[in-house]
Amino acid sequence: MHELSIASSVVEICAEQAGGARVMRVTLEIGQLSAVMPEAIRFCFDVCAKDTLVEGAELEIIETPGQARCLTCGATLMLAEPFGQCECGSVNLELISGQQLKIRQMEVM
Amino acid sequence: MCTTCGCSGTQGATVTDPDEAEREPATQEGGAEHQHGDEPARGYRRVQAQSHMHSHLHAHSHDHEHPHEHPQEHGHEHPHEHAHPHDHPHGHVHDHEHASTTPTALDPAHTLAREHGTAITLEQDILAKNQLLAERNRGWLAGRSILAVNLMSSPGAGKTTLLERTIRDLGESLPLTVIEGDQATLNDAQRIRATGCRVIQINTGTGCHLDAGMISRGLTQLDPPSHSVVMIENVGNLVCPALFDLGEQAKVLILAVTEGEDKPVKYPHMFRASSLMLLNKIDLLPHLRFDVARCIEYARRVNPAIEILQVSAQTGEGIDAWYAWLRSHGDAYC
Repeated sequence: MHELSIASSVVEICAEQAGGARVMRVTLEIGQLSAVMPEAIRFCFDVCAKDTLVEGAELEIIETPGQARCLTCGATLMLAEPFGQCECGSVNLELISGQQLKIRQMEVM
Repeated sequence: MCTTCGCSGTQGATVTDPDEAEREPATQEGGAEHQHGDEPARGYRRVQAQSHMHSHLHAHSHDHEHPHEHPQEHGHEHPHEHAHPHDHPHGHVHDHEHASTTPTALDPAHTLAREHGTAITLEQDILAKNQLLAERNRGWLAGRSILAVNLMSSPGAGKTTLLERTIRDLGESLPLTVIEGDQATLNDAQRIRATGCRVIQINTGTGCHLDAGMISRGLTQLDPPSHSVVMIENVGNLVCPALFDLGEQAKVLILAVTEGEDKPVKYPHMFRASSLMLLNKIDLLPHLRFDVARCIEYARRVNPAIEILQVSAQTGEGIDAWYAWLRSHGDAYC
């Protein structure tokens, strides 16, 4: 479960950046094509945050939808999986959104 | 999991050199020992180490009584050094009352600590640290003209068997070394070592994938020669390793025909991340209902650029195409 090491990175980064303050809220951006399950992150986040400055922080997750550009016809299409087929028939797609995996901001006390 | 402190996940990974383990059997006994102390404790342990310093800062942020009068406005320049934040070389929490008799306000750190709900914009990629380490590995490898290949598959698809055969067939002409990744045991490293190839084993404990930090430690221990190939056998898993760049030049995916032909669409991230797919165990096709054409179609649907080779690591069927691929990539990097 890679979500455990990802949640642990989130806690580590937030604690480093908090400059000693208590972290009250963390906002993550997780793309729907990023291979990371928000629910698993939520579960692991509380476990990883225990005994740190991030313990008890509220976790907000913004899920960004998947989007791709067709490399054959140039059309933009929405994707629920990291692959798909354009209306023109091509499967040659470049993912342009939905792979994000980042900490947008946090709120400290 | 580390048998010394009980930590788990990627933090608990151990690197074992079977050559050294044999010379010093005692070091192998623990099975999962790691260094305590010289490497910074990662994860929330380091965070804990910071937290005592922070609570100290907080202790300063309370308002103080000012026993002396200021006759006029002044610029908050004080004639004495207040000397904080202090460095405390050991890990205890100071909750002492601050007996300062001079004003200490307007220190920016204090102001920040006193405000409630300050938003800090980070916009930071969560995997940035792994990415950074991966690029460092990539530079390390390039500087030594070493081709690193990240071999990934589900457990039992034939990664180790493929490596054994590749070492036997190419070992003379193409210098190879191996980094084995498994949650536990030295079994695979011992199989590789039996071929005469230099190998180290990384045990990830509860971790489900190798990451760039483990490979960095592994490469230091392995010390591969210049102009050679390092094969990295990842933990058997079709999900997690796709996300973690190790600094390799190519990701190679092994899919056995004993698995379902729809694996590419079931585990698209892995197939998308790989540049070569080896369809292994084709000697078993007569006994199975595996549809090769459909499997290839699925793989290309997920990753139109993926190269596909059909091989049997057991019988050697089709294996020359794999060797040709390896040589051509080796020529480019080594």
